Amino acid sequence: MHQDNPPLTRAAQVAAAADRQEIRNRWFLASPALFIIFFAAIGPLFIVLVFSFLTPADYGGVVWKPSGQAWFQVLFEKDIFDDTTTFADAHLSILWRSVKLSFFTTLIALAFGFPTAYFISTRPEKSRDIWLFLITIPFWTNLLIRTFAVQEVIRNEGIFNTVLMKLGIISSPIQIMFTDVAIMLGMLYVYLPLMVLPLYASMEKLDFRLVEAGYDLYANRFQVLRRVIIPLVKPGIIAGSILVFIPSLGAYVTPRVLGGGKNMMLGNLIELQFGQGRNWPLGAALSITLMAIVMIALMIYVRSAGRSEVRHG
Amino acid sequence: MASTFSVKRQTGFGTIALLCFVLLYVPIATLVVYSFNAGPSIAIWEGFSWRWYIAAWNNQQIVETSIRSFVIASIAAVVATTAATMAALATTRTRPYRGLNFIYGFINQPLMVPEIVTGIALLIFFALVKIWTGYTGLGYLIVAHTAFCIPFAYLPIRARLENMDLTLERAAADLYATPWMTFRKVTLPLLWPGIIAGLMLAFVVSLDDVVITELVKSGGQDTLPTYMLGQLRRVVTPEINAISSVFLLISIVIVTLFFFLNRKQT
Repeated sequence: MHQDNPPLTRAAQVAAAADRQEIRNRWFLASPALFIIFFAAIGPLFIVLVFSFLTPADYGGVVWKPSGQAWFQVLFEKDIFDDTTTFADAHLSILWRSVKLSFFTTLIALAFGFPTAYFISTRPEKSRDIWLFLITIPFWTNLLIRTFAVQEVIRNEGIFNTVLMKLGIISSPIQIMFTDVAIMLGMLYVYLPLMVLPLYASMEKLDFRLVEAGYDLYANRFQVLRRVIIPLVKPGIIAGSILVFIPSLGAYVTPRVLGGGKNMMLGNLIELQFGQGRNWPLGAALSITLMAIVMIALMIYVRSAGRSEVRHG
Repeated sequence: MASTFSVKRQTGFGTIALLCFVLLYVPIATLVVYSFNAGPSIAIWEGFSWRWYIAAWNNQQIVETSIRSFVIASIAAVVATTAATMAALATTRTRPYRGLNFIYGFINQPLMVPEIVTGIALLIFFALVKIWTGYTGLGYLIVAHTAFCIPFAYLPIRARLENMDLTLERAAADLYATPWMTFRKVTLPLLWPGIIAGLMLAFVVSLDDVVITELVKSGGQDTLPTYMLGQLRRVVTPEINAISSVFLLISIVIVTLFFFLNRKQT
């Protein structure tokens, strides 16, 4: 509000009042959704934060006594005999595995997803929908079922090994199940549509006159791809990468089914604290850690998205 | 033909794309094929039979958990879609007002947080509520499902609203329709396809959920997916393939309906 504004006319006052009423109505309309999400999604996150600073009870649950123990245990452990402090190797290796596998999953999904999305977006208008539909079907299929389907293929008796053995390429089955590779293949399979869909959305809008201009200026196909197409669809690349990286990082079902008990990821470690581990505060602290990594990943991407807009916009 | 230069072509992209489609469908196809296996193995093919479908149909636990899944998904989808429709009306076709971005962020929040974290948060929160109220029914699962279904229902409804022509509603207002009449006679009929699409997405998302259900459920509240997760630890028979195939069929039918619904509008 500036001091030098002329006094509001009657009409302007009526308009302002109607405007306020309008906004009140909108908040009222949004309130049920906001309430449900606050009650059953956002609000409980604050309780997790509180629980991460409490003392674990013996058989699960917490004792309402403040403690920083859980946060200490995320990274360190005390030797039970001589009380020396060392890094909690088990936690660190699980953390590292989660980040590593999610990163490679994202990278390979991009390598497969980019050409696929490009292929779909360069089909004739009519058949595009069908190709897109073929990507969407697995996406809306139960994640557990898809994971189970991957297991069917990569098991020792699965078709992958059977076919290779029949062809005489290998003499005994390759053990893929219960390894990091199995988890990665599973996540790749499960999250690939999440890479293709946003990539397609930005490629669909691609102006091929710019591509043509590139060729007119004597660029070869690779140069056009690198200097024209990729910069133009960068928002799609970023969106797809976030959509694959974040669920991979928090994956629970896929590592549980394909990784077996030993090859845990962060999601499984968290669940363990609420099951057999019976250390709720540690589980809460690990959850907050996972959230923090997700938020950092999001922020990095948002920033790079902002930068790329400035450069090419 | 061969001499025309296509600006759209990129060497090898077509091959990778087709490989990608093959890889997406091979595991699912294998799963379905073995559901018809006459033998008890998911590795050795012994001929065609409906044996495992019949076995699944007669399995009391499968029937029970399926019904539970459908009940939860139905209630959650209807409530979530209602809330999402209202929220979509509140956040579209307006000039930006203070709090608009806040509402967007809030509604999309369940998509940002890893499922395992939401699951843990609800596990802790509901454990406290259980102590205060003593209630241990299905309500917890329904509330949890409703919350994470809202963003999925919201997206198609909002998309539909944004493409809708405001002039029709203005015309109704000019003809002395009350806001409520305008909504019922003009906005709602135009919005229906979006609402149905949102409802179907919410239903599928609820039906598919494993992680949050696994953490929130009390004893004896298994849904079909969590029951299957438990079974995968043991020796797997084609019975699991049979249930999976039926599940697959349901998802495909719903997604196909959704696809045609969206196609009509454009």
